[in-house]
Amino acid sequence: MSAEWPLWEIFIRGQHGLNHRHVGSLHAPDAEMAMRHARDVYTRRNEGVSIWVVPSAAITASSPSDKGPMFEPSQDKVYRHPSFFDIPDEIGHM
Amino acid sequence: MYAQMVTSEATQDDPEKLAAFQARIDAGEKIEPKEWMPEGYRKTLIRQIGQHAHSEIVGQLPEGNWITRAPTLERKAILLAKVQDEAGHGLYLYCAAETLGVSRDELTEALLAGKMKYSSIFNYPTLTWADIGAVGWLVDGAAIMNQVPLQRTSFGPYSRAMIRICKEESFHQRQGFDIMRKMATGTDAQRHMAQDALNRFWYPSLMMFGPSDKDSVHSAQSMRWKIKMNTNDELRQKFVDQTVPQAEYLGLTVPDPDLRWNAEKGGYDFTEPDWSEFFEVLKGNGPCNAERLAARQKAWDDGAWVRGGLMAHAAKQAAAPVAAE
Ligand SMILES: [Fe+2]
Ligand SMILES: [Fe+2]
Repeated sequence: MSAEWPLWEIFIRGQHGLNHRHVGSLHAPDAEMAMRHARDVYTRRNEGVSIWVVPSAAITASSPSDKGPMFEPSQDKVYRHPSFFDIPDEIGHM
Repeated sequence: MYAQMVTSEATQDDPEKLAAFQARIDAGEKIEPKEWMPEGYRKTLIRQIGQHAHSEIVGQLPEGNWITRAPTLERKAILLAKVQDEAGHGLYLYCAAETLGVSRDELTEALLAGKMKYSSIFNYPTLTWADIGAVGWLVDGAAIMNQVPLQRTSFGPYSRAMIRICKEESFHQRQGFDIMRKMATGTDAQRHMAQDALNRFWYPSLMMFGPSDKDSVHSAQSMRWKIKMNTNDELRQKFVDQTVPQAEYLGLTVPDPDLRWNAEKGGYDFTEPDWSEFFEVLKGNGPCNAERLAARQKAWDDGAWVRGGLMAHAAKQAAAPVAAE
């Protein structure tokens, strides 16, 4: 058995009410061990209240070369932001 | 530093792509693993981050030497936590290196085969409890000098690992200083131990920054790529300027008769370490090189059945539900 332990991506909820956030990765033979390692490697100082471990191989990432077609179309749609519209002062807060 | 004398790799990429890449770095953009990068950038980073990771791991050995003999239960718990942090630092950095297309096992094997290095400082022995104070105060102190600017390095995963590490480092330096303070204000014998630790660790700490690199082409390339943020001399000067007043506070004497404040340059003049000793240590002839590598080799060999066994168990568990159907 010389197979290297697979890589896992670790997500931690820092506080109640917040999203889980990616904090890094680690090697582990299975999910249970990944969870134990994540606790030791990433929460030594109260960094979290909940951990997700995900096999890195299960993640599909957008490709850097698609950055233009993926994200540029939203740049010219300024009307998606509320600041695009003028609201008369008399109306007050809207 | 934790990564000393990292030679930059030559790059034979398309000049147009190279220029566009350099422009991104100059604009302060972070480079992420899947994006295009020059081969030289990738290889230099693998070597530098790998060497840094190895240093964190090997660096556990001189301190681990004192865990079972710490003078109080509290000191023992603190040292254990500190050494555990260093294991974490090694792991963050191996993961950062892995994003560049090398595996952690490959890096470990390269270290064991003598193809990769770790910082020269960890080839010195920790002979007394005061040495644990000196290591935290001086060695972690020197590491911080180098790691703080590296938080701004151009490679995203390296920068993020450095940010995590820096958050944990000041505890390391403070616990070391605290040990030194206790010893320096203790009995004559304790004060003597503290001074002796400073005497032995001063020059090896200055060596951590590496020899002067102001004329090195490798350093110039790494600085353009923001893999290296300061020259070795700049960091060494900063370290001396920060540390000398702390030694004075402790009532200890820096073992350098030519050390003096230079008002004109706003820093101390000091004696350079013996660079021939440094090169001998890098070649493998330091006091503890053989012992350190043997310890790593033993851990790797003795752990083989655990690594393999857990993989076999995981494979069996994964297959179990299918077999039951
Ligand atoms: Fe560290
Ligand atoms: Fe440290």
